Amino acid sequence: MGIVVAQAAGPGGFPEFVNALASGIALGAIYATLALGFVLIFKATQVVNFAHGAIAALGAYLVSYFATALNVPGRWVPGLPPTAQWFLSVVVAVAVTALIGIAIERVTIRPMIGEPLFSVAMITLGLDLVIRTVTNDFMNNQVRGLGDPFGSQVIEIGFFRIAQTQVVTIVVALLLMVYLAWFFRTRMGVAMRATAFDQEAAMAQGIDVGKVFAVAWAIGAGLAAIGGIFSSVFPRGAGVSPFTFAIAFRAFPAVVIGGLDSIVGAIVGGMLVGVAEVLAGTYLTQKFLGQGFAGIVPWLFMMLVLLIKPYGLFGTEEVRRV
Amino acid sequence: MRGRPNLFTSYEEEMRLFPTTTKRVMLVVALVLAVLLPLGQLPGLRFLGDSDWLIIIDRALIFGIAALGLNLLTGVSGQVSLGHSFFMAVGAYTAVVLGADAGRTVWGLGLPMWIWLPAAGIVAAVLGILVAPTAVRVRGLYLAFVTLGLVFIGLHLWRSVEAVAGKPGTGRPWPALELALWKGDPIISFASAGPWFGIELSAQAKSYFFFLFLLIVFALLAKNLMRTRPGRAWAAIRDRDIAAEVMGVNMFRWKTQAFAVSSFYAGVAGALFAAFLGRVIPESWDLLLAVEFIAIILIGGAGTITGTLLGTVFVVLTPRIVEAVTFWMAEELANQGTFAWLADLFIRKSPDDLLGFVSTDAAGPGLSIFQLNVVLFGVLIIVFLIAEPLGLYGIWIRVRNYWKGWPFTY
Repeated sequence: MGIVVAQAAGPGGFPEFVNALASGIALGAIYATLALGFVLIFKATQVVNFAHGAIAALGAYLVSYFATALNVPGRWVPGLPPTAQWFLSVVVAVAVTALIGIAIERVTIRPMIGEPLFSVAMITLGLDLVIRTVTNDFMNNQVRGLGDPFGSQVIEIGFFRIAQTQVVTIVVALLLMVYLAWFFRTRMGVAMRATAFDQEAAMAQGIDVGKVFAVAWAIGAGLAAIGGIFSSVFPRGAGVSPFTFAIAFRAFPAVVIGGLDSIVGAIVGGMLVGVAEVLAGTYLTQKFLGQGFAGIVPWLFMMLVLLIKPYGLFGTEEVRRV
Repeated sequence: MRGRPNLFTSYEEEMRLFPTTTKRVMLVVALVLAVLLPLGQLPGLRFLGDSDWLIIIDRALIFGIAALGLNLLTGVSGQVSLGHSFFMAVGAYTAVVLGADAGRTVWGLGLPMWIWLPAAGIVAAVLGILVAPTAVRVRGLYLAFVTLGLVFIGLHLWRSVEAVAGKPGTGRPWPALELALWKGDPIISFASAGPWFGIELSAQAKSYFFFLFLLIVFALLAKNLMRTRPGRAWAAIRDRDIAAEVMGVNMFRWKTQAFAVSSFYAGVAGALFAAFLGRVIPESWDLLLAVEFIAIILIGGAGTITGTLLGTVFVVLTPRIVEAVTFWMAEELANQGTFAWLADLFIRKSPDDLLGFVSTDAAGPGLSIFQLNVVLFGVLIIVFLIAEPLGLYGIWIRVRNYWKGWPFTY
């Protein structure tokens, strides 16, 4: 699998550690973005979205399709610089992914309201197969570049090296967190919090729970798409490929470590997993651990955390009654 | 009590493995048909005796064993496991290390099958027991993620430990399905053609009988487990774990046993699967394989033996049927036959063909047959969960009840 270990530049020692840490935080930002979308969907609709990785890959593919193959919407806006055109394509791709998210919720999740969590989770597992296979087929099972304007430029300050995309990733992730914090204070956000607390009570208060579900899936799928885009640019990959979903899959341990229903947990879990993975990629390269050991560090980390805290670091402990 | 099949005069009678005459008759009929099948004597379905069909059916029998195991864990005791392919891999690699001959870079002890086959199950069961404490501690959806993690950790292991699994992308040969006393000539071989009791049989037909025998043993064992103490404890845990605990069901003990039994089934099935194929690459024990088993028990009907077997036949045979239909459509289109218009909607003829989405050529654009099957699995899981949560078994129950009440509707 195409696991790109972050550039382990420098002579080792402290500079190497700092660079790895920065790279880890950037990867953590990707995981946090993906995890945020996942947790948002879980909190609002009580659905464990196993198709999150597939939706992320689909979003990244749409960027590649809109930006490089169609040049939508850039072809209708003459005179715009290519960079602006690319960002417009990203906006369109994320919006389309959000619409797909709404469609998924309406067609496959809505009929399952009231069914056991496990059944709904299995539905998303089926969705994962469908979306992932169809996306891979669109990609023709090849790596497709996103045509992003960042390329592989690296910012160097003394020994400190960080890729331009990584800075963008961190900034975007921070902006998204601020946006979510703001969103939860809007009318819709409050309605979503109420729905997460108790669907029936929220309904009785006049909240349109169906609309809340749709919005949650739209934002969740949009966040997945953004995470998918950053998973398929330098230094994580040369473009979106049939293996992009695997990067997105590693956001699952991040979610579980943070606790399935905790927004803060998603951010902390994402960061922890990202840093742990890159540090493992830098330092745990002994031969007996095998090639690409860093790729399973998130899963091992998850098992360890679950053994100590069965509901993750910030997850709500289920109060059990007979 | 003739004519009143549902009148039971004692508890033992009601709890028998096959309580009614109908069930006993159907069992005998099924057994007779199952014996006729590989001989190519099944009326109307003689082609099933061909070796290319028998390979698929053999595969269904092996998958049946693994699915029965997952059914006990997920269907009966309610513990979601996405890691069934991991336990299958453990069984398969135990088998290859014990059974295959040592190579230049790979380990092998060259022991006979009566050692490596049970050992495959036992080692997998031990690993299941090791995972179980996590399962006792974490519940529900968190457990799904733990078992999902097992698949990825397993994949990394198989790719890394070349002494066991062989090189990534090529794998290593598995020992043949032959029963020998020790390292000498085999007494019974299921891997080569030859006569049995004067009837000439292909290798596939011989392994068919071997797998059928094992499947029957495992199915009866599972059925027996379900109706006795373990099954009741598991069902109690599934239905309401805390209530079960209050009633004195030892959660740790029964969850561990559920994992052990389920992994034993998976380990044996994994060993058989790899030995039957002869060579397996480390990458095959992936999430897709695990999801295939989830699909089997969901489509068949979770928590029932009959449903699991129905689901296995359905899931394993569907790809073959899809393949046949796709090639038939491509042919129909080429010959401009009666159904060419229908085939036109499905088959992709050129890269800018908007309607067609299936391609008979794996490399080109359009869903290949393999991809089409994966999509179909996904769609079937979704459709069954939404429309018929009890699966094929539920459909059968409804058909049965209709005839039971006939001519009344209730």
